[in-house]
Amino acid sequence: MTVAAKISDGISRRGLLTGGLAGGFLLAFHLPVRAVNEPVQPPDVTAGKFAPNAFIRIDEAGKTTLVMPQVEMGQGVYTSIAMILAEELEADPKQIALQHAPPNDKLYGNPTFGLQVTGNSNSIRAFWKPLRNAGASARAMLVQAAAQHWQVEPASCKTSNSEVTHAESGRKLSYGALASAASSQTPPKDVTLKDPKDFVLIGTPMKRFDTPDKVNGKAVYGIDAMLPGMKFATLAACPVFGGKVGMVDDSAAKKIPGVQKIVVLDDLVAVVGDHMWAAKKGLDALKITWDEGPNARISSKDIWQDLRAASEKDGAVAKSVGDIAKGLATGDKLEASFELPFLAHAAMEPLNATVHLTPDSCEIWTGTQIVSRVQSEAAKAAGLPVDKVIVNNHLLGGGFGRKLEPDMVVAAVRIAKQVDGPVKVVWTREEDIQHDVYRPVYRDTIAATLSDGKIVGWKYRVTGSAILARWLPPAFQKGIDIDAIDAGADMPYDIPNFHVEFVRAEPPAVPTGFWRGVGPNNNVFAVECFMDELARKAGKDPVEFRRSMLGKKPRLLAALNLAAEKSNWGQPLPARVGRGVCVQPSFETFIATVVEAEVDELGEVRLRRVTSVVDTGVAVNPDTIRAQLEGGLIFGLTAALYGEITIDKGRVQQSNFHDYRMLRIDQVPKIEVHVVKSGEPPGGIGETGVNAGPPALRNAIYAATGVALRRLPIDRTLIATGKKA
Amino acid sequence: MATILTINGEAKSFDAPSDMPLLWVLRDVLGMTGTKFGCGIAQCGACTVHIDGKPVRSCMLPVSAVRDRAVTTIEGIGASPAGAKVQKAWLDLEVIQCGYCQSGQIMSAAALLAATPNPDDSDIDAAMAGNICRCGTYVRIRAAIKQAASGRQS
Repeated sequence: MTVAAKISDGISRRGLLTGGLAGGFLLAFHLPVRAVNEPVQPPDVTAGKFAPNAFIRIDEAGKTTLVMPQVEMGQGVYTSIAMILAEELEADPKQIALQHAPPNDKLYGNPTFGLQVTGNSNSIRAFWKPLRNAGASARAMLVQAAAQHWQVEPASCKTSNSEVTHAESGRKLSYGALASAASSQTPPKDVTLKDPKDFVLIGTPMKRFDTPDKVNGKAVYGIDAMLPGMKFATLAACPVFGGKVGMVDDSAAKKIPGVQKIVVLDDLVAVVGDHMWAAKKGLDALKITWDEGPNARISSKDIWQDLRAASEKDGAVAKSVGDIAKGLATGDKLEASFELPFLAHAAMEPLNATVHLTPDSCEIWTGTQIVSRVQSEAAKAAGLPVDKVIVNNHLLGGGFGRKLEPDMVVAAVRIAKQVDGPVKVVWTREEDIQHDVYRPVYRDTIAATLSDGKIVGWKYRVTGSAILARWLPPAFQKGIDIDAIDAGADMPYDIPNFHVEFVRAEPPAVPTGFWRGVGPNNNVFAVECFMDELARKAGKDPVEFRRSMLGKKPRLLAALNLAAEKSNWGQPLPARVGRGVCVQPSFETFIATVVEAEVDELGEVRLRRVTSVVDTGVAVNPDTIRAQLEGGLIFGLTAALYGEITIDKGRVQQSNFHDYRMLRIDQVPKIEVHVVKSGEPPGGIGETGVNAGPPALRNAIYAATGVALRRLPIDRTLIATGKKA
Repeated sequence: MATILTINGEAKSFDAPSDMPLLWVLRDVLGMTGTKFGCGIAQCGACTVHIDGKPVRSCMLPVSAVRDRAVTTIEGIGASPAGAKVQKAWLDLEVIQCGYCQSGQIMSAAALLAATPNPDDSDIDAAMAGNICRCGTYVRIRAAIKQAASGRQS
């Protein structure tokens, strides 16, 4: 496939999905799609080794090293990527070893972004064809080499389990034996990809490559980097966003055994020691006076007041179909606003980066979702050319969008400037939570009209941060953050008069960024909560109400029907127990989820059962898809039940897991995930469960209590006995 | 003065302040990085190790309090029958996602099985509720503990 053809495919597919949304993901970015389809000389070609493209290396012993363009943060992508490559390469999974890709946008850039980034649930979607092409192309070169050696037609050769076989004569050559000869073959111009019915790996529940070392302590995360002569540091940044260091009295800290150095920068203070304990004790012993600056006046109350005021204004129109004025003047009208709080990511591995800075080099050990940006930002901080910065990427102890930011590495480089030799900088949990890049506060307003039990007009306005305007400026055009309105514009329901707007409203001082589920996390919550309110107004069952408007989304309708059946939808339940449903077409995956929950007299919520049906097209590794749904649902339900970061006097009030709570094993119910068999191209998975949980739970509470909650996290006082909407 | 601890059956000698939590001795002094730092206040369980077979949060345990008791970490837990069963069940049921909390989860589960060979759901809740998993692998953790207890194969 040529590069040009690839781009136009992308546009037309996105155009279909968004129903003509101005711009569209690829168009809006104006970034060249190159990388994986272009034959580029890999950086580490060595004699006797077959390195046909950026992803595949085969040595003479047959060991097949697959270079991972996307990072492993728990989502199982190393295994799925390896399966796709191995499927077309016909490699023996037992001979496969995996390697983290070095920073290189040209070789390893994500085709959707033109950057080396793992996010937006798109690893498999973006790399599905490029990886299959890479595997098939390498296979063809191995076959050519064997055919030349035997002086037979390539078409008379077959491959399986890292061997080429000449069918007639029964002669065999292993990929290892062919590695040297294959490396001098010309890559084929066109390759034939396998017919999906011939897949032997894809669609099977493959054991993960990364998990054996995760049961015995051998897996190495960024925080586990250990270097000879390394020092350890921890830091305190000004607790008020944007504040600066005033005075530092380090007389007590310097007396702590093991403390080596106090590093004072304009916005943070770090203590360097022989180990984390010395650094932490040293930090606790510092007397720091902060110059808090103007943000010290900011509180959550003000932020919400501003956001609500901004949401009253007209926004930039992202999509308009039919005649919205006429639609909203027809039938019974209902209007509601939904509000979501700031959230921290709280990955289990606290922020960290290890840096060894010398006058002419900078080497970094960390785990990041955006390795090439880490490299370029570190180069700026170090004052070195980009090619003098080496980044060693690692397994991530959770990413969830936090590691789409390079700030922790930049801070570590700035600290390392004052340290001789390598230094590992580790954030305490408190610093990690209080200096996150937070999921923004959002306010979504929806007005809709009903006629004959169907929606005739729907006006949806999202008010909140434009994360893309900061994170990828070329993608922010005409005042519209295409991520923030994504699943609001790409609605599954058939509505004749439909209008979507975005109001950019940045909270003062508080940095905002991507959080697992991204824009759809907010959209799906508002849309699916409001659908239940409309169903009630129409006097219809929530599942029946949705079914009547899903005629153009047969895959989603089928998922909904199966979820209703598997969850015993409609069967009687005890008092104050309810079922809630959520359907979503986000990330090109179709999911229907039912949560069953009980609300006690005090308003405490007990999860009883969760049922999810997922149609993600070709399920590369079905067991991983189930696992991602199970975990994603818990991630989302955690946020719905507990998640909230609040601001007082310009600082975050939460600090650790005692006040930023997580669901624990004793609160988690039975979760059933049904994966639908499908031959459609694969969709995204990693973030979908996160988005399904909160609206389904909120709708279950609505069914159990009659109270239509419109804000997260769930306010128990509103659903205690005796409260009515 | 050098401190000597028995870790995974081996005597280890090192210099460290007496108030230093065992977690940092393991990670930063001995380079045994399998035990993880998560919260520093015994809220998440990522740092769980065994002291004489009992699960303990090493982030708040001063090294001086260990004395001559046996320390077992994730690097050594596979040598115990309960630990080996748990590790196998974890892989059979593909419990793990990011894996960062799983050292602690496995240590808590191995201690549970050693003390209570056939735990019921409430035993599992009590033993495991101190271990947070941000990826949300709890459903599989419960199933894997039951499988390890019954000795069933997947």
